[in-house]
Amino acid sequence: MIKSNIKLIVLSFFLLISLRPLQSAEMVDPIKVDWSFKGLTGTFDRASLQRGFQVYKEVCASCHSMQYLSYRNLGEPGGPEFSEQEVKAIAASFEIEDGPDSQGEMFTRPGKPSDKFKSPYPNVQAATAANGGAYPPDMSVLVKARKGGANYIYSVLVGYEDPPPGVTLDDGVYYNKYMAGNKIKMPNNLMDGLVEYADGTESTVDQMAKDVTTFLAWAAEPELEERHKTGVKVIIYLVLLTILVYLSMKKIWSRIDSEV
Amino acid sequence: MSEHEYVPKSKAAKWFNDRLPLLTLGAHLTDYPTPKNLNYWWTFGGILTFCLITQIVTGIVLAMHYVAHADLAFASVEHIMRDVNYGWLIRYIHSNGASMFFLAVYIHIFRSLFYGSYKSPREVIWIIGLMIYLLMMAAAFMGYVLPWGQMSFWGATVITNLFSAIPLVGDSITTWLWGAYSVDNPTLNRFFSLHYLIPFLILGLVVLHIWALHVPGNNNPVGIDIKKPSKDTVPFHPYITIKDAFALLVFMIIFAGFVFFTPNVLGHSDNYIPANPLVTPAHIVPEWYLLPFYAILRSVPDKLGGVILMFSAIFILFVLPWLDTSKVRSAVFRPIYRQFFWILVIDVLMLGYVGAMPAEGVYLVLARVGTIYYFLHFIVVMPVVGYLEKTDPIPMSISEPVLTGGAEPSLARKVNDKV
Repeated sequence: MIKSNIKLIVLSFFLLISLRPLQSAEMVDPIKVDWSFKGLTGTFDRASLQRGFQVYKEVCASCHSMQYLSYRNLGEPGGPEFSEQEVKAIAASFEIEDGPDSQGEMFTRPGKPSDKFKSPYPNVQAATAANGGAYPPDMSVLVKARKGGANYIYSVLVGYEDPPPGVTLDDGVYYNKYMAGNKIKMPNNLMDGLVEYADGTESTVDQMAKDVTTFLAWAAEPELEERHKTGVKVIIYLVLLTILVYLSMKKIWSRIDSEV
Repeated sequence: MSEHEYVPKSKAAKWFNDRLPLLTLGAHLTDYPTPKNLNYWWTFGGILTFCLITQIVTGIVLAMHYVAHADLAFASVEHIMRDVNYGWLIRYIHSNGASMFFLAVYIHIFRSLFYGSYKSPREVIWIIGLMIYLLMMAAAFMGYVLPWGQMSFWGATVITNLFSAIPLVGDSITTWLWGAYSVDNPTLNRFFSLHYLIPFLILGLVVLHIWALHVPGNNNPVGIDIKKPSKDTVPFHPYITIKDAFALLVFMIIFAGFVFFTPNVLGHSDNYIPANPLVTPAHIVPEWYLLPFYAILRSVPDKLGGVILMFSAIFILFVLPWLDTSKVRSAVFRPIYRQFFWILVIDVLMLGYVGAMPAEGVYLVLARVGTIYYFLHFIVVMPVVGYLEKTDPIPMSISEPVLTGGAEPSLARKVNDKV
């Protein structure tokens, strides 16, 4: 009786869920990419992370901030894992404002690994004003902040198209297949060969989009690899303990004339 | 209560126990005679205690690193996720823990509904339980506001605005709740303070809940009164403790699955966008566990009406023991009520589903039908079915079979085998 009722519940629930497509017909589903960081034991592709950082630094960083990341994160386990020297050099290539000094003056100095990523604009208002009224969002947690996550970010990056006939766009507005409403104020910044990868990988639009998305996925979830590894251990431990407790329970309950 | 008065063995223990009978309490909790036929739906009390303790412990640690300020809250959460040792783990346990807490409490409540655990003499246990549930919803709502993301801010705006529907004083009350003229820094500050307070109120009520439980003792799947202690009972320890431990571990495996492998699936992606009072999200939705009530709220075209109906949906549960007219507790012996119970389960699930959808078209129709049925179940179905239903024969005790043959042959057989 209970079983058939549960079946009924499950069935009616799936029926409800199948109503869903009726609602979101105009949105195009993002492209599904087989990311290396997907799945229970997923990890980041180290080389892709390093290339992705290069794309971010040379292309995205002129408008998008990543204010919650520090340069030291680039050398930490589970990330791009640049060497200590490389991290120091990356940090030192930025002029960071510091102070006030003992005279009360602000001054600039070369960046240190402990510094946060330098933002391209002093504040949100400046960023908005410089970009035609659209604030280029901070990218620290962007992958977690968008429905569809990494797939969505990648899709938008490769989703620029000429507008279909009948669609007129204002100046500074671009047509993108995957963006909600299909209108985006970010121009298509990626073109083949734009970045010269240090490792010699050919920098196609698709490659750069995948690399920078991988980098952003790590930036949003720098703990991902450790989380996956710990999770597997925790689950194995819990399952073993559950089996032991189950056997103990059977033994204890066998003392009396009842079933567990 | 155990038959024999507990006497500590050592002199020192006796001296202490005469002054504060903690050891007597411990002995009572250990020996507490429990029906031996409790099934796994009865393990959620222990699971809920675990959930509460987990939320309190992780919450205290999070509060050490969190900054309750409109300009700093979002950044401090990212600080926890990135810079605090295992901060990501503690925060993900806390945020997913809230969902697991509600999952367990809903199972616990529906178990009560199925087996009639709210009926005499357990009405007070039921009412204290509902008070805990209300406080849980308040705590969860305020906790969701703390990261100060878009859903935090707009969720807080929608929910606090409900109070403005109160005639005459509504606007003043809303301003008083906010501590400002909109949801702002003072709102965040007081929500943090209350979010820290409420779990300890819950803890106090949990003690009362268990105290009230230990007066009549547990209900059981057969739903009959049993002699305690007797052939029908087992001491709480080790029989129930080991069974609770097993169920808790299974629950923890599911919990760990969420925390380690899909920690954000139960949340909303918009909450990783910092709060912005100038940009309203396309769809403002509460956390999944509040969705059925959200659906009821939105099913009414009138704001005040919606608010009244939503609160009624919860408060009607307080009078449930008096709406149910059946003398039989367990739905196992109530063939008609049992069907309506499952319809109610489906109804609530459906309300939860349409609560997540835009309030238009087919969803609005479903929400209205679901809302009407929800109230019909309690106001009409429960009293009427209680009077008219011909219940199945009830066994005399857990150990004895039903002489006339029961509705659940499997149950009768199970008992037969053992006698």
